Amino acid sequence: MILPSLIFLIIFNYIPMGGIVMSFQDFKPWLGIRGSEWIGLENYRYLFDRRDSMQVIWNTLLIAGLKIIFNLLVPFTFAIFLNEIRNQLYKRFIQTMVYLPHFLSWVILGGILIDILSTDGGIVNRFLGLFGIGPIFFLGNGDWFRVTVVVTDVWKEFGFSTIVFLAALANINPTLYEAAEVDGASRFKQTIYITIPAMMPIAIVVGTLALGNILNAGFDQIFNLYNPLVYEKGDIIDTFVYRVGIINGEFGFGTAIGLFKSVISMILICLSYYIAYRWANYRIF
Amino acid sequence: MYHKTWSYRVFSVFNNIAMFIIAVTCVLPLVHVLAVSLSAKSAADANLVTFWPIEFTLESYKKTINNPLFLNSLGVSVLRTVAGTALTLLLAFLAAYPLSKENYVFRGRTIYAWIFVFTMIFNGGLVPFYMVVQTLGLIDSFWVLILPGAVNVWLTILLLNFFRGVPKELEEAALIDGAGHLRTLFVIYLPISLPAIATLAVFSMVFHWNSWFDGLLYIHSPKKYPLATYLQTVIVQRDLSSMSISPEELRLLSQKTVTSAQIFIGALPVLLVYPFLQKYFVKGLVLGSVKE
Repeated sequence: MILPSLIFLIIFNYIPMGGIVMSFQDFKPWLGIRGSEWIGLENYRYLFDRRDSMQVIWNTLLIAGLKIIFNLLVPFTFAIFLNEIRNQLYKRFIQTMVYLPHFLSWVILGGILIDILSTDGGIVNRFLGLFGIGPIFFLGNGDWFRVTVVVTDVWKEFGFSTIVFLAALANINPTLYEAAEVDGASRFKQTIYITIPAMMPIAIVVGTLALGNILNAGFDQIFNLYNPLVYEKGDIIDTFVYRVGIINGEFGFGTAIGLFKSVISMILICLSYYIAYRWANYRIF
Repeated sequence: MYHKTWSYRVFSVFNNIAMFIIAVTCVLPLVHVLAVSLSAKSAADANLVTFWPIEFTLESYKKTINNPLFLNSLGVSVLRTVAGTALTLLLAFLAAYPLSKENYVFRGRTIYAWIFVFTMIFNGGLVPFYMVVQTLGLIDSFWVLILPGAVNVWLTILLLNFFRGVPKELEEAALIDGAGHLRTLFVIYLPISLPAIATLAVFSMVFHWNSWFDGLLYIHSPKKYPLATYLQTVIVQRDLSSMSISPEELRLLSQKTVTSAQIFIGALPVLLVYPFLQKYFVKGLVLGSVKE
């Protein structure tokens, strides 16, 4: 029964892994893997010598790091406040609305964002104009681009990420709150001394697991939002691999960056899973 | 007690309002797009539309529906979503069953499990993957949209965890009555796991509907693009050069109202499907992410 899946995995996951030998070659498609010249670690030396590839690695770390921090803090806080809503119907309504962006693709959202963030009559700049804030070139200025990428990613995902925290909140033993109330603790005090500590283990697990993704700054999002104006500050490893490896046809070099990313990611993921396993007894199955 | 205090009531009112504002910001961009798509061209081009259509008209939807490239890609997307979801679910269902067994029942389970999980954490990267697809002759074929991603390890694990929760007695009874494993799977497990499978189906459908990169990478003739790829090239890249279209169509595509209509139609199936399955999310996701 496991065989069909296994065959697919071998063809589409394990055979490409063999392709990483290309990263040690001056790969020429017309010569193939057997015919291409071996150049050892030349591609990797090139990777660390090129100024733009170092910039790309830094961009990736910065953007992914900021996303990890805010994608943890915002849903955590939001879940606590959402939990204070007593009317269940209203709560469901809010939840339905905030889950929505998670299910839309970055193509759809990219199309929408390019329109509403434009300096030429986009609604966001029109709104800011009401407060006398001049038009901001969100997607054309490198620094603003980074801010925009982080903010829109948090906006897209915070609702859905809240689910895990809401489940944790539902598991808190209600007698703790009753005891605290008898002792005269206000709701604020209860939140500080009961709710937040109770949510910490899950926050740690979510945060630790997210660290494994520090080299994934979000290909879909960046690819659909960026343009040559912000390549310098907005380019990340994945978009760089696509542009250099596929579009420019530097196959060996593209594979080298890809492998560099995969190896570091794998180490980080294993490390983060191990920590999550030891600290919080987390297991995937 | 606490919710009777004066200060908590004040907080509650503010909290309810704040939550409402946050929730609204999650849907406003889409409302704006809808409003633009239903407005007259002149009003939209002059940036007068905010969240309510000006001079309501369905003109842009008529134009979109009459655009053969759009319709083609819509068809590709529907076909891909149906076929891809069916294949993914079948594979996940078949693989999750043996993987959910204990080690003494299914020898080598741990090894197989690792073969699956390893693909989640390590891959050869984009370039070698592209080469394999090319070698298999899948470039520019419809199958490239379905086959490479057919095994979804994440969904398989979710299903595996669900199977773990099924009472062992049910299965034992079936086995004693002489049913084989395959029969047990389809007669006992399939009916029980329908809610779980429905949830996985939604995730898989949303994934297929939203996928655009494979279309962009492996498919070269715009006539075979899935909808998401079509929208990506036309709306996000604004790259009309690769497409053989008449000046009339070009004029049509660049209109703001038509673009908005296309975006909205692209988002519509997702908008319709997900609210109905919300109740399952918590169960399925918590199962997959954090275990007590």
